[in-house]
Amino acid sequence: MTTKLPAKDAVIIGLGWTGSILAHELTEAGLDVIAIERGPWRNTATDFAPNYAQDELRYRIRHELFLQPAQTTFTFRNKMDQNALPIRNWGAFMPPNGVGGGGVHWNAETWRFLPSDFVLRTHLTQRYGAKFLPQDMSIQDWGVTYDELEPHYDRFEYLCGTSGTAGNLNGQIQPGGNPFEGPRSRPYPTPAQQQPFSHALFGKAAAELGYKPFPQPSGNLSQAYTNPLNVRMGPCTYCGFCEWFGCGNYSKASPQTTLLPVLMRKANFEARDLCEVTRINTDSSGKRATGVTFVDASGNEYEQPADLVILSAFTIFNVQLLLLSKIGTPYDPLSNKGVIGRNFTHQTISDVESFFDKSKFNFNPFIASGAIGMCIDEFNGDNFDHGPHGFVGGGYMGQVQTNGRPIQTAPIPPGTPRWGAKWKDAVRDNYLSALKPGTGVHGSMYSYRDVYVDLDPTYRDRFDRPLARITMDFHDNEIKQNAFLTDKFAEIFRAMGAQQVHKIYRKAPYDVTEYQTTHLCGGAVMGTDPKTSAVNRFSQSWDVPNLFVTGASNFPQNAGYNPTGTLAALAFWSAQAIRSRYLRNPGPLVPA
Amino acid sequence: MVAGMSTGAARVSLVIILLPWLALCSAAPVQAATFGASDQQNFAQIERGRYLTRVADCAACHAGVDHTPFAGGRPIETPFGMLQASNITPDGATGIGSWSDAQFDAAMRAGRMPDGSRLYPAMPYAYYTKMSRADVLAIRAYLNTVPPVHHEVESNQLPFPYRMRSLMAIWDALYFKEGEFREDPSKSPAWNRGAYLVEGAGHCGACHTPKTSLGGDELKHAYQGYALQGWFAPDITDNEEMGLGRWSPTDVVEYLKRGHNKYSAASGPMGEEVVDSSSRWTEPDLQAIAEYLKGLAAQQETAHPLAAGDPVMTAGAAIYWDACSACHKADGSGIPYLFPDIAHAPSVASREPTTLIRVVLQGAETAATDEEPTGPQMPAFGWQLTDAQVAAVVTYIRNSWSHAAPAVSEREVRAARASLASTR
Repeated sequence: MTTKLPAKDAVIIGLGWTGSILAHELTEAGLDVIAIERGPWRNTATDFAPNYAQDELRYRIRHELFLQPAQTTFTFRNKMDQNALPIRNWGAFMPPNGVGGGGVHWNAETWRFLPSDFVLRTHLTQRYGAKFLPQDMSIQDWGVTYDELEPHYDRFEYLCGTSGTAGNLNGQIQPGGNPFEGPRSRPYPTPAQQQPFSHALFGKAAAELGYKPFPQPSGNLSQAYTNPLNVRMGPCTYCGFCEWFGCGNYSKASPQTTLLPVLMRKANFEARDLCEVTRINTDSSGKRATGVTFVDASGNEYEQPADLVILSAFTIFNVQLLLLSKIGTPYDPLSNKGVIGRNFTHQTISDVESFFDKSKFNFNPFIASGAIGMCIDEFNGDNFDHGPHGFVGGGYMGQVQTNGRPIQTAPIPPGTPRWGAKWKDAVRDNYLSALKPGTGVHGSMYSYRDVYVDLDPTYRDRFDRPLARITMDFHDNEIKQNAFLTDKFAEIFRAMGAQQVHKIYRKAPYDVTEYQTTHLCGGAVMGTDPKTSAVNRFSQSWDVPNLFVTGASNFPQNAGYNPTGTLAALAFWSAQAIRSRYLRNPGPLVPA
Repeated sequence: MVAGMSTGAARVSLVIILLPWLALCSAAPVQAATFGASDQQNFAQIERGRYLTRVADCAACHAGVDHTPFAGGRPIETPFGMLQASNITPDGATGIGSWSDAQFDAAMRAGRMPDGSRLYPAMPYAYYTKMSRADVLAIRAYLNTVPPVHHEVESNQLPFPYRMRSLMAIWDALYFKEGEFREDPSKSPAWNRGAYLVEGAGHCGACHTPKTSLGGDELKHAYQGYALQGWFAPDITDNEEMGLGRWSPTDVVEYLKRGHNKYSAASGPMGEEVVDSSSRWTEPDLQAIAEYLKGLAAQQETAHPLAAGDPVMTAGAAIYWDACSACHKADGSGIPYLFPDIAHAPSVASREPTTLIRVVLQGAETAATDEEPTGPQMPAFGWQLTDAQVAAVVTYIRNSWSHAAPAVSEREVRAARASLASTR
């Protein structure tokens, strides 16, 4: 039996970063808002207190903060002619769960995309000609520009207190910052974090090679900060337990440390945790959402009517819920028609492991934060001439080593036995003097016709709904891009004085068992044409105008940066459109 | 684990000695009076009453068990046993709807029920007696506007002999000095307003003034701090080390308004007080209170810190470094408004270590207010540290920086742990 709850003005599906931002903005506009979150409530002192949060076994190895595959999972295959199988242990990416979402356990690398990233197809076609792009590459312009998003990037950075060094202030290139970034209207709210030895050494070597190194923009704060909502944050202690972990010191930007304290005081906001939305309901026309149906932890089913639905779950769950709710046309790669599930992407990352003379170098790798690091941006996006290289895209690269945690930091030079006394000796000899940044090369993944999400024909979840099926592989363009970037990256480690440099290229096939960031993007992409996008430039569904879909599922392709800054900016941008235009005149904000 | 419990036996014998005397005291019904009135037509009076109800924090105790305002039933923990706050909604049968203004005034300022019986001093009439009749009737006027709730409450849950209300005649004779606040013309109007609020409606002494074994105020130590409900309400005199001596009047105002200032954060019962009451007082009233409190003379004491080389200090320092310094910093200074400055927070240096032990064992949630919404929390360490380790780190904190206090024993921590477990 389904219990029908009193209607709300807006229902938010998923209380992570974008759900929290929309909840804040819509409640500020006076709406009565409910957020429904699949996972548990999470508080700093009770769920990741500093006296146990630094537990690598519990969080990194056993994945405590993440969705458990027993609750739901996806199926995966590389190619369309393969049978997809369910993922039973997370590998390539870590689906978040719980209040705060990925914002709880991210590294807090807070980037902006390049201005050219938002007009990618137009820009690359103009510069290199349409024939330069692979035939099956389905990249497209976003429909929103960097200049339009700039105030919203700014809002997110000031909400978070982001620590960084500006590289371009209102068009003026600034020393010490990223000279390639789009113009920013004001400096970062707090100065860049201090850089430990290896990171500083990377910066020095990169500068000597002629690059312009800069500190990675960080949501782990260099100093105490009070955000515009009067929420206070503490300074980062450089403990090295950020990604996969919650921060116990109130120093990593998360919904908990920036928004929720204010949100939870509001009389017109309600959150239900441990409740999973199973369907977005529509009326008989299919053109209007009437609310959602959800199931609580006891298995009771509820209908929550609402005038406005915000779908702000993790990328792939957004896509799955749209497909299950039969909203929008499912993407079909054979006919190349339909939009839901189209242009699904991840990230093309690789690494370089380097070994230094232990009598001269002691890096103390455990002094770190999730977004520490010195980076260069010479090889990102279209910051360099791709003409001679035969590929498009790129990424930032840097010594962004985020930890020296005991279980997984076991540097051994190539050729060392995988176990036994020699292995132990090698780890002991190299722990302090080897470097491995993790995602040192952080490359883009552009979109392709045969990389997408649909519903699995075989495997079903506990509600007997089809699982989402991922079809994904690396294409030659990304493999070439990665080889070029990894080689450039390795040169810098040699210049730092490494004795051995071991390049670990990214290669096809895409391996779903190996961690490659949690930056799944696309599947419900934004754009200017309803034939190639699920949502318009305000993240509003083309098909159901009282439904907005937020998060990285909006990205038509993924750039060479971490996505959070951009997806948060898009959430503020979308919220502004809802507040200033949609609420006055509910309906399509862009004519279809 | 409340101070005074150990003297329970002494209290009982005192009561027995005084029983014959008690028999002479008769219960005379309070006569209804007609002069003055709470007036349902008087907007200004009702508004004033609404504010004073906040200041007196009536809702803190008289909240219903299901948070229905003023419906009563919330258990009140006293050193003598449990009481339940009464229903003060205007319900005729179970609330105070049938009371006359004079009867209401008698309850508030004389500690008498309409039938002449005596209230328990958990109802702070010993403080409210300082209020003016006009203010009391304003509260009455406001309470008349809240929805009546039919909710029978048996307030008296005390064990024998405290169950006998008539015994309160002794208490009143010993500790209750009826009478309105008298202004001191030699002081500023703000000081007088502050004194009126602190001593009267604000009833700060109810927690912050040490109590005799019978629960009466030890007036010669007024506002010098007292342990109750597993917390130590700190010294709020101008004491440099344990009280508000280092705080500017602005720091006092900030603390009461926001729940946080650059030294300290309100948690526990004071956190509740800030959220429910003082965060909503007017700025002039808060300033008046600050002026009055800053004028309270401190008791001079000299304590000597334990030597840094003491083995307990060495152990405590190591635990502090591992467990505490990430937030409170190596020098105890913390982060203003976020992590308390435990090198200077009065709650750390208090005469008794009750609060510090409790917060280390159980953690604490600080007040979140409109102006200071963060509400940072201290995690619990009780599951992780042994009694001896808690004793060491608390001893270290209480003897570091400018602090000096006797060492905390493992036994004290064990007792605190047991008491917290039993009241959870």
